[in-house]
Amino acid sequence: MATPVLGSAIKRREDPEFLRGESKYTADITLPDTTYVAILHSPHPHARIKSIDTSAAQAMPGVVQVFTGADLAGKMMPMVCIWKPAGVESHFGPHPYGLPGSQTALATDKVRYVGEWVAAVVAETREQAYAALPAVKVDYEVLPSVSRAEDALKPGAPQLHDTVPGNLCAHVAYGDKAATDKAISDAEAKVHLDITIPRQLHQALETRATMAQYDPGSGEYTLYTNTQIPHGNKFMICNLVMGIPYNKLRVIVPAIGGAYGSKGYLYQDAPLMLFLAKEVGRPVKWVDTREGLSVTTVHSRGQQQHATLAGKKDGTITALSVTNNVDLGAYSASNGPGAPLVLTGRSVTGAYAIPLPYYEANLVFANTVSLGPARGAGRMEAMFLIERLIDAFAREIGMSPADVRRKNMVKPEQFPYENGLGWTYDTGNYVPALDRALEMAGAGKIDQLKKDAKARGKRLGVGIGSYVCVAGVGPSPRMGREGLIGSTWASAVVRVHQTGDVTVVTGSQPHGQGQTTTFSQIISQELGVPMEKIEIRHSDTDGVPFGQGSYGSRTYSVEGAVIYQAAQVIKAKALAVGAYMLKAAESDVVYEDGKVSLKKDPAQSKTLQDIASWVWFAWDLPPGMEPGLEATEYFNPSDFNFPFGSHVAVVEIDEETGAVDVVKYVCVDDVGNVGNSRIVEGQMHGSVAFGFGPALMEQVVYDDAGYLLTRDLTTYPVPRASQMPTFEMERTVTPTPINGLGAKGAGDVSNPAVAPAIVNAVCDALSDLGVRHIDIPVTPEKVWQLMQR
Amino acid sequence: MIETLNTATTNAEAVSVSITINGQVHQVTVPAHRLLVDFLRDDLRLTGTKAGCETGQCGACTILLDGVAVKSCTVLAAQADGAAVTTIEGLSVDGSLTKVQTALWEEHGVQCGYCTPAMVLAMTDLLTTNPSPDEHAIRVTMDGIICRCGVYQNVVRAVQTLI
Repeated sequence: MATPVLGSAIKRREDPEFLRGESKYTADITLPDTTYVAILHSPHPHARIKSIDTSAAQAMPGVVQVFTGADLAGKMMPMVCIWKPAGVESHFGPHPYGLPGSQTALATDKVRYVGEWVAAVVAETREQAYAALPAVKVDYEVLPSVSRAEDALKPGAPQLHDTVPGNLCAHVAYGDKAATDKAISDAEAKVHLDITIPRQLHQALETRATMAQYDPGSGEYTLYTNTQIPHGNKFMICNLVMGIPYNKLRVIVPAIGGAYGSKGYLYQDAPLMLFLAKEVGRPVKWVDTREGLSVTTVHSRGQQQHATLAGKKDGTITALSVTNNVDLGAYSASNGPGAPLVLTGRSVTGAYAIPLPYYEANLVFANTVSLGPARGAGRMEAMFLIERLIDAFAREIGMSPADVRRKNMVKPEQFPYENGLGWTYDTGNYVPALDRALEMAGAGKIDQLKKDAKARGKRLGVGIGSYVCVAGVGPSPRMGREGLIGSTWASAVVRVHQTGDVTVVTGSQPHGQGQTTTFSQIISQELGVPMEKIEIRHSDTDGVPFGQGSYGSRTYSVEGAVIYQAAQVIKAKALAVGAYMLKAAESDVVYEDGKVSLKKDPAQSKTLQDIASWVWFAWDLPPGMEPGLEATEYFNPSDFNFPFGSHVAVVEIDEETGAVDVVKYVCVDDVGNVGNSRIVEGQMHGSVAFGFGPALMEQVVYDDAGYLLTRDLTTYPVPRASQMPTFEMERTVTPTPINGLGAKGAGDVSNPAVAPAIVNAVCDALSDLGVRHIDIPVTPEKVWQLMQR
Repeated sequence: MIETLNTATTNAEAVSVSITINGQVHQVTVPAHRLLVDFLRDDLRLTGTKAGCETGQCGACTILLDGVAVKSCTVLAAQADGAAVTTIEGLSVDGSLTKVQTALWEEHGVQCGYCTPAMVLAMTDLLTTNPSPDEHAIRVTMDGIICRCGVYQNVVRAVQTLI
């Protein structure tokens, strides 16, 4: 093949359907005789439910039936947490059933956050269902409440769960505290920062939506829902929540309108809608509202970090100590506890070789929505912490932030590098990416640019965000040791039909990543089959027997890698059959460009279609060979992979208003080998934009008691097109040995660099005012206040 | 052919309107409070128009009303009486793609696809009123539509290929 298909910027096969508006999302599908569900949310952060009267609502026009928690008693287990932290002091029980902090689909005795589901109205139309909600009368006894982790830890704070004294769900510690403390106390120089990272809302444009159907004849359930993990949902629903046979539930995932981590859980709606469908004997459909999303879909981030970085005056870093108090919310979401512990905790050393790192975290219950991962999960918080400390340390010892980074970055000869907190970085070459980013940003001319800006009434600053982002989730044994009750391997079926057409069945779950294109490129490259003859199947647990979904930067480097692996199996069999058909030894033939040919006489060849047809007829196969040309493969990676890079932000601050304008944003990222360079670039655009928001404007705001103030897109702004510059992007390529493609994850990868790069730039612009740190988001008001000093 | 439809429920005040949607005249009776987005999606099953936020912020429900891009959650179906509405379903003919759709495809201006119909219609409107917009004009036009996947940069690139 003249031009390699794999790695090239082929346009996406998925797109025409999207562009014509033909793709069906969950809300776009309606089954015959469907009923509609509206949910009554708790208006209180913490209250006892004294009584619920549904009689008036029941009598409203079109209402089919009203349900409360009492209707579920004995019929449904509580929701589950499947990522219990392992090896930590915690209040988690030995089994996901009935964990302290687990939540019933509809509240029974108490509500613990604003938005908690209290009742469900099933009606003939959506309008009628919503119209009946105010008629459900709930008598609450309001209880004292608390909304921040550090307040919830204080003596006398309101208690959320009787079984969890002091609201401390779990405590974890990684590293050697005594040695780290000693190194810090002996150090020539040290800096300490107290950092608050507010909660972020994913704000997928498509809200969560679920439709369920029950067939009483066969006893089979069908669930249409926008989840990133259909098989995970199926397992949790069947085995842990509803107790229905695994082979009686089919999960179908229509197109997903963005997720960014927010749809990788089992939420109340899935089991509840299945239950309601059976109870009312008709399909039920629920589509969340934006306000509903804000008060019930997991939030992310939400950390209060206290960190000290110590080292020598020559810039050598010797020790890092971090204490992190994490607001876990009122209940443990499916995998909520894992991110702040594992993904933040093991990542806080960033791109640097730090001899003595120590991390401890408290996971704390508070009267807020459950916490879960978002794009860049855990790593964004970790990189913000270390990158802010590096800049503060550089300023403390009078060295440039770039030089401190160069001096301490893990060197190429140190890989594989154990970071002292549990990660083994696979491969990397960190300094060249940093140097290139600085060069692209025009760092040499910054002093002149600062002067020019000053003349225009602007303060200009430049900031670096370097990062390492654990990706490619993941190695199942390792995830088991980290406490995940689940698997993270990949699986694929590759089937070459007798016509030469190819079907690939993947357990990966697309929600914007363009996997149909990239996976087709793998097959096209490896088997020499034109893209249009390849079909990628996904998103239906009946057609896809197993799979782990898409999250944790795993689509290409884990799920793609197993497709590559399966293609090798196909090639091996094709080679054997081709040689047999050509009456040659296997060593005398070669598989190239979709055909097996004689090395000595390439004109004598058999195409993949000839071979597939031959093995399908199976009239004359080599002795012992089975018919068919199909491979089912699993890939359980030996470890994660570790993409890295450096970003540089140049900001201008308006001296009159405090508004921060990012005038230049440069990224140099390294994700190893890529499947489709254009798609990877698009992923980076999204990942960076997802970092711009929290850096400059996004934050979930609760008042002290736990009333949520940011309940829609008017109070929770997200970045618009004119608020961001054109990102300038380059990549270096350092492959990983962890998978056959040499690929590292990409989806989460750029994100962790963004907030530190922007805040470092803002602090640089304000350095003459003695500003050492600003918490995100860097709003005009915050900056203006600092400039008044 | 004229489509007739009665979507009014007994309790709501009903309004009779005539709306041309994708070239077809619809004589309909709708509840006075029905939003255009709900009328398109729920009553006509034109689900290419998306709903996203209820507050006029996200722009996923953008349609062309007499050729101008508007958010169909901010318009009552009754207000569209006498108007011509173009939704994404009415833009391309026989499965072909328009220039804007093709450019977005070529330049990777689509990720999850949820904002895509709105982006296509808004950029179509932009290029009709301003055939050579600069980058700022393109971005400001896009400000009405949230894309959380981050396609803005590639939409700019796509539109620039049409200038």
